[in-house]
Parts: sequence; structure tokens; C-alpha cells
Amino acid sequence: MADVTTTEETAPVAAEHGHDEHGHDEHGHDEGFWRTYVFSVDHKVIGIQYAITGLLFLLFGFSLMMLMRWQIAYPGEPIPLIGEWLGDERAPGGIMLPEFYNQLGAMHGTIMVFLGVVPLAVGGFGNFVLPLQIGAPDMAFPKLNMASYWTFFPGGVIMFASFFVPGGAANSGWTSYAPLSVFATTGQTMWLVGMIFLITSSLLGSVNFIVTTVQLRAPGLSFMRLPFFVWAQLVTAFLLLLAFPPLEAAGVLQLMDRVAGTSFFMPSGLVYADAAYGGSGGGSVLLWQHLFWFLAHPEVYVLILPALGIVADIVANNTRKPVWGYRVLVASVIFLGFMSFIVWAHHMFLTGMGTTMSSFFQTTTMIISIPSVVILSALFISLYGGSIRFTTPMLFALAFLPMFGIGGLTGLPLGLAAPDLHLHDTYYVIGHFHYVVAPGTLMALFGGIYYWFPKATGRKMSDVLGKIHFWGSFIAINVVFMPMFIQGLAGMNRRMYDGGEQYVMNQDVLYLNEIIGMGAWTLGFFQLFFIYNFFNSIKNGEKVGANPWNATTLEWQAPSPPPHGNFSEPPVAHRGPYEYSVPGAAQDFVMQGEPDQAVADPAKV
Amino acid sequence: MSENVQHHIAIYKKVAAALAVLTVLTVAVSYIDFGVALGIIVALIIAATKGSLVLSFFMHLLDEKKSVPLSRNGIGLIIGSLIITALFFLVIIFVPLMGHADRVGDYYTLPNADAPTVETPPAH
Amino acid sequence: MDIPYIVDERPDTGLTNVKLGIWLFLASEVMLFGALFSSYVLLRLMAPEWPVGSEVLNVPMGTFNTAVLIGSSVTMVFAYASLQMDDLAGFKKFMGATIVLSLVFMVVKGFEYTHEFQIGNFPWTNTYLAIYFTMTGLHALHIIGGVIVNAYFLGPGSKMWATNKTQFTNRIEAAGLYWHFVDLVWIFLFPVLYLL
Repeated sequence: MADVTTTEETAPVAAEHGHDEHGHDEHGHDEGFWRTYVFSVDHKVIGIQYAITGLLFLLFGFSLMMLMRWQIAYPGEPIPLIGEWLGDERAPGGIMLPEFYNQLGAMHGTIMVFLGVVPLAVGGFGNFVLPLQIGAPDMAFPKLNMASYWTFFPGGVIMFASFFVPGGAANSGWTSYAPLSVFATTGQTMWLVGMIFLITSSLLGSVNFIVTTVQLRAPGLSFMRLPFFVWAQLVTAFLLLLAFPPLEAAGVLQLMDRVAGTSFFMPSGLVYADAAYGGSGGGSVLLWQHLFWFLAHPEVYVLILPALGIVADIVANNTRKPVWGYRVLVASVIFLGFMSFIVWAHHMFLTGMGTTMSSFFQTTTMIISIPSVVILSALFISLYGGSIRFTTPMLFALAFLPMFGIGGLTGLPLGLAAPDLHLHDTYYVIGHFHYVVAPGTLMALFGGIYYWFPKATGRKMSDVLGKIHFWGSFIAINVVFMPMFIQGLAGMNRRMYDGGEQYVMNQDVLYLNEIIGMGAWTLGFFQLFFIYNFFNSIKNGEKVGANPWNATTLEWQAPSPPPHGNFSEPPVAHRGPYEYSVPGAAQDFVMQGEPDQAVADPAKV
Repeated sequence: MSENVQHHIAIYKKVAAALAVLTVLTVAVSYIDFGVALGIIVALIIAATKGSLVLSFFMHLLDEKKSVPLSRNGIGLIIGSLIITALFFLVIIFVPLMGHADRVGDYYTLPNADAPTVETPPAH
Repeated sequence: MDIPYIVDERPDTGLTNVKLGIWLFLASEVMLFGALFSSYVLLRLMAPEWPVGSEVLNVPMGTFNTAVLIGSSVTMVFAYASLQMDDLAGFKKFMGATIVLSLVFMVVKGFEYTHEFQIGNFPWTNTYLAIYFTMTGLHALHIIGGVIVNAYFLGPGSKMWATNKTQFTNRIEAAGLYWHFVDLVWIFLFPVLYLL
């Protein structure tokens, strides 16, 4: 079972570490490079590890997409610059093979979702910010936290390495539907093994998050005084805890189908490449789909909830007002989490299900849109009457709101079975989900990085570079995804390596492929500003103190960066998380941990 | 504290005996021909009884209903989490099943009539 | 700052960290085995014919194993109760018994599997055997994990009793919860696979 710092390490922190990187623990003796930076049990180090690994995978997954968009925009043309390096099994003469295109497609999705967004949003932001925001010294189980990162890392390595085995990486979509995935090349086995590592890592992490939030809240920090960021992470942790295991089971079953010759997902009478399938048969392809989507639907809420939490905190801070409708937000996010478990088969409307099932699932899907709309509306209403500061984090948070709105609204025809008949597996779906995750979540995550970077490093990122990054990305990302709705409505299918050239119905919308490609490469270009800004600011950014944004939540009471143990004395929460512009107060914000002037009992739960 | 533990130990012994009896019952009942549906229900009821005994007494779930301020109606965080889990457990068992019942067509239960036959047995 | 509520319970939740943590982990395990039970249900519903469990598997061996595992749950809870009564020797005795019974279970399982293989029943033979081997196999992996943890607590882990009795007792309670869960899964697996 998880252990904790021994009784020796109770000596209070002697001095703030200010801008020093944490090379020393509380006693001032070095723990050595490996224990400090690699196998650390400090949630801040682990959070940064997750964040940087996540960002690197986001960059890698993004690069895969930029390759794909070349092939889509200019099918059959040699890829410039790097085409030759890809080798003959992937791109002979620099021209992408369909098999390689499929690998790029499957791995782009897998990497962005499981190795990019979730590690950054949950592993990165959750680990770093949550204990600070609840006034805790660390996570409840620090060693488990470290184990969770070091289980994630090999999973990522396996996924990355799968590109280099014979046959290449997984190529059956991020959804790995049987029987195609069972017949696929070795890369699929590595995908399954990698997923098992990733899922295990997630499970360990989610237990940690829930126990930490429940048990380690500072005195006075009741549940209804938690920053909305914490609520979002708490619900996300429950989703990960309960929804991931069925995919782990399914992964094991598919692994057995591939390696041990079982027929969990292989129906009788299959013929593949003119040969009869030699297994026993009797399996069900729909079983895979049910088990996969049972996770994968809650997974998309895992992708969005941390972003909603980040946006709420940033909006409150930069409107100098509490978020509107805190209780409604909390109720909605809990209801959303619950509902997310019973909508999954809206991904399966075209599998031959009857009207009872499709009615059930489209009803639950329509119902789940309600809390999403409520949350978005509350965040929009929070802007009204606010004293808006257009800081870099706020630009991203503001952009998130309409982008998530577009993503959400475009989901409605997909959630209804009838229009989904036309739109399923078209570019409309790609447009929909990317709007929620890319202009949506990713923009919120960038906002969060600009927002909490000073807390983690003691320095601010450059505002000028930040705004260039923002505007360039915001415009480019809309150029990439908006046309996809048009293509999808025309009937253009997903996952076609030639960009849809071969189908008559696509001809009128093919021109959009080049525009989208230009948008994608422009988007890539603007990330350079972020990458440079991020690393340069670690050394050369403007130095700041504990609370450069004049924010209210508890993490801004700790030094920037916080030392091991975070707070020299346990903070006490005296009020809600967003006490901005309190009438009669000396400043336009009152920190959550600041004692009342009157001597009242602060530790009221 | 010691008397409390002694009291618990007495309960453990009774539960152990009950579990032994129920295990014998589990096997004995399987020889009776209830038909498929009823047979499943009877077997699951007995298993659920055994499970409840383990949960309530060995895993001390009955003791978790403490009246602490955070729990409502004595339900508490653990039992609350378990209730939610049980709900989703039922969802994952029954919904695919109902989907199968509600399907259109027989396409995934009948073998492919045009499939070439397998000559040699599967080689592993 | 130290991490609180490792030894003592937090007043408003009534829980220690490890107790909440282990229950949450068990909740995820319910969903893991739940997915496999769901697979069983769907595979069986779809099958034109499904073997009668008692004709394929060895019911007496399965019944014996059920008794053995329930017995190990009993010894586990007595190990915990011994610690509550400040009886380290009793704890070691009962924990040792738990481990021995677990190993007996595994040996019997080994005999069962070997027999199946000898008569040509492999996971790839049909979907019934596939789900049987997978469910009991995953369950067996959970037993092995439990044995490792229990052996650690019987051996080097028990040193903590000298310095922090309450924390050690809390750990054994958590190990016990995990173990009872493993027993609980078998209580459902046995009738479903062997008798129905």
C-alpha cells in the first residue's frame, strides 16, 4: 500500500525557494538528480512530467496529422522535404501508401486523446494544481502518483515504437474495430499492450485524485467552496475510474483474439483475403464496439471537463467577478458525469440496432446536452458585467466558449439517430469532435498553461508571443475545421487516403481539402511561437511573486514555485473560491485563505 | 475495543458457517432442473446472498454507515460510490444484451453461407 | 506539512485515505469483471448451442476451490481481528493460513487447466472455453497479486507493527478488503461458469 513521508520530514520549510528549481527537499540535503527530477514523488514534479510528455505527444500527433493533410490535399504527390526519409514501406518515392495513411490516422487519434490531451489535462494540470488548490501538501498517495506516471510512460513508448515494427503502427482507426483490427499487423498488438499500460496508469491516478480531493481539503474548504476546477477534476476522476476498466478487459480479449486465436470478436464464417478464418468463430463484433464505446464516450467528457474547470477559474479571475451560478455548475457537472455512462451507443446507430435501443440512446444523448448547455451558458453569463482583462489566458478562455458551443451544437444532429444515418462516419463527425477538443479543450489547456506557468516556474510567459500564438492559432484552427462540416454534409467519408477523390459526391467539396491543409500547416507554424515562449520563459521570463494575476484560490498563496509540502502551515479557507469585487473590500479580490478581520471560527465545514 | 472485536469474531464464525452452507446449496440447487431462466435467477440469488454476507461482515460495509456530517442518511462516500458502481455494472450487463434482443436481422448469428470451408483444423 | 489521515480518520468523512482508496480501486475492479460478465452474457446469447458447465468442467474441484477460497477469506478477516486485539502472532498465523489456502487454490486451478489442455480444450476451441479461461485466468492473476501483497505483509512489511501499529492495521484492513473482493468475484464466477 502507498506510503507517505516519514515522521522525519515534518520540519517546517525554512525558506521559500523562489525561483530555484526544486533540487533540495525541506532539510536542504540533495536527493540526487534521479529522485528529484525523474522518480520524484512530489505532485508538482509529476505534474510537470505529465505536462511536458503530453505536450511532446501532442506535437507528435499533430505532425502525423500535417502529413495526412498533405496526402488529402494533394493525393499521390510526393511529400516535400521529408518524403524520402519515410522509406519505401511507408512512402515509396515520397508518395504516401494507403497503409501508412491508415497508420497515421489511427495513431493521430490514439496519441492525441490518450497520450496528449488526457495526460496534459488530467495528469499535468490535475496533478500540479489540485493539491495546491485544496491546500494540501501533496496527493494522498505520492508513491502511487509516481507509479502512475511511470506506467504511462512505457505505454507511450510502446505506442511510439509501434511505428518502427514490420507492418508499422496500428492502422484500424483509434477505435480498433474487430475483425479488421484482429487481422491487422503487429502494430495493433503493440497498441493493445500500450493501452493496457495507459489504462492502468489512469486507474491509479484516478484513485489518487478522488481520495486527495475528499480527504485532503484544507480546514474550512467544504465541497461547495471548491474551485470549479477541482469539481471538474473530481468528476473526471470518477469517469476514468469506472469507465476505463471495460476497455482494459476488451483490450485483453482482443489481444487474445490476435495472439491466442480465440474468437471473442470474430463471428463464424469470416473470410479474409480469400481464406476462411481458422478460429472457432462464434464471437461478436458488436461486443467490441459496446466495450470500446462504454469507455470512449465517457472519455470525451474526460477530454472536456478539465477544460471547463480551467476556463471557469480563468474567467472569474479576468472578469473580477465570481462565476455565475456556481451551484448550478456543480450540479450540472455531476449530472453530466453520470449521464455520460449511458449514451455510448449513439456511436453505434448504424450497427443494425432496433428502434427501442436507438430511441433510448438518442434520448439520453439529448438529455446530456442539457448540462453541457447549462455549463456553457453559466460561463457566458459570467462575462456579463465583468471588468474584463484581456490577458493571454483570458483570450484563450474567451475563445473556448464559442468554439465549444459550435462543437456542442454540431453534435446534436449526430446524437439523433435519423440525421446520423447521413452524417455517421463523414467529415461532419470529424469537424464536430475536433471543434470540441481542438478549438475547445486545447485552447483552454493553452490558456491554463499561460495562467499557471508563473506558479510553476516563478516567471511569466511573454504576453506578446502569447497573443501572436493565440490569434494565429485561433484563426488557423477555424480554417481547418469549419469546412469539414460542409464536406461532411456533402457525404464525404472519413478515413479515405485519397481525400475523397474517387467518389462523385465529393467532387464539389474537394477544393476545401487544400484550404484545410493550408490551415493545418499555418496552425503548425503558430505553435512555434508557443514552443519558443514556453522554453525561453523558463530562463528569461519576467519574474513574478506568489500571485501575479491577483487571483483568489489557494494555490496563489503558495510561493512561485511552491516548495515540497507546498505550504509552510496548512492554509485555512475562509470563504468561497471566487470572491472578486466584494463590496467594501480593500482590493477587488479577497483571497480564499485570507483570515476574516473579525475573529470568527474559520474552520466551518 | 477488545469486546467489540470479540463480538465481531463471533459474527465472523457465524458468517463462515453460513457461507459453507450456501456453497453446498449452490451446488445442490444446480442438480434441480429449473429451466434456463429460473436456474440463472436462483443461482444468482444464492451467489448474491453469499456476496452480501462477505460485503457486509468481512468487508465491514455495515459498519461504514456512520453518521458523520458528510454522509447523508448514513450512506457515506463508500456506499455511495458502490451504489453508483453497481448501477453502471447493471448497465454494462443489460444494455448490450437488450441491444442484441432489439437487433434488426440475423446477420451476426448466421455463418457466411458463401464462406470457403476450413480444411485443416486450426493450428496452434 | 505531512499528509494527514494515514493513521487517523478524517472526522467529517470517517475515513482514512487508504480505506477510501482501496474501495475506489475495488469499484474499478467491479467494472473490469463486469465487462467480462457482459461478454459472457452476449457470447452465450448469441451461441446456437452452449455447453453445460458441469459437463465440461470439474464441479467437485470447483466446489472444493470455492470452499478453499472462502476459507482463505475467513482466515484473512481473523488475521485482521488479531491485529485489532494486539496479537501479532495470531496475525502471522492467520495470514500464513490465508497464503497457504490461496496456493492450494492455485494448485487445484493448475490441475484443472492441465486436464483441459490434455483433452484438447483450449481457449481457442470455442467461445465458452475462451471466456472460461479468460475470466478464471484474470481472477487467478488477481490471486497471485494478492498472495504477493499478503506475503509482503507477513514478512518484511510486518516490521511496521513495531513503529506504527495503527497504520499497519489499516494496511491489513485494506489488504483484507482486496482479498474479500477476490473471493467475492469467485462466488459469482463459480456458479456462472461451472453450474449454469
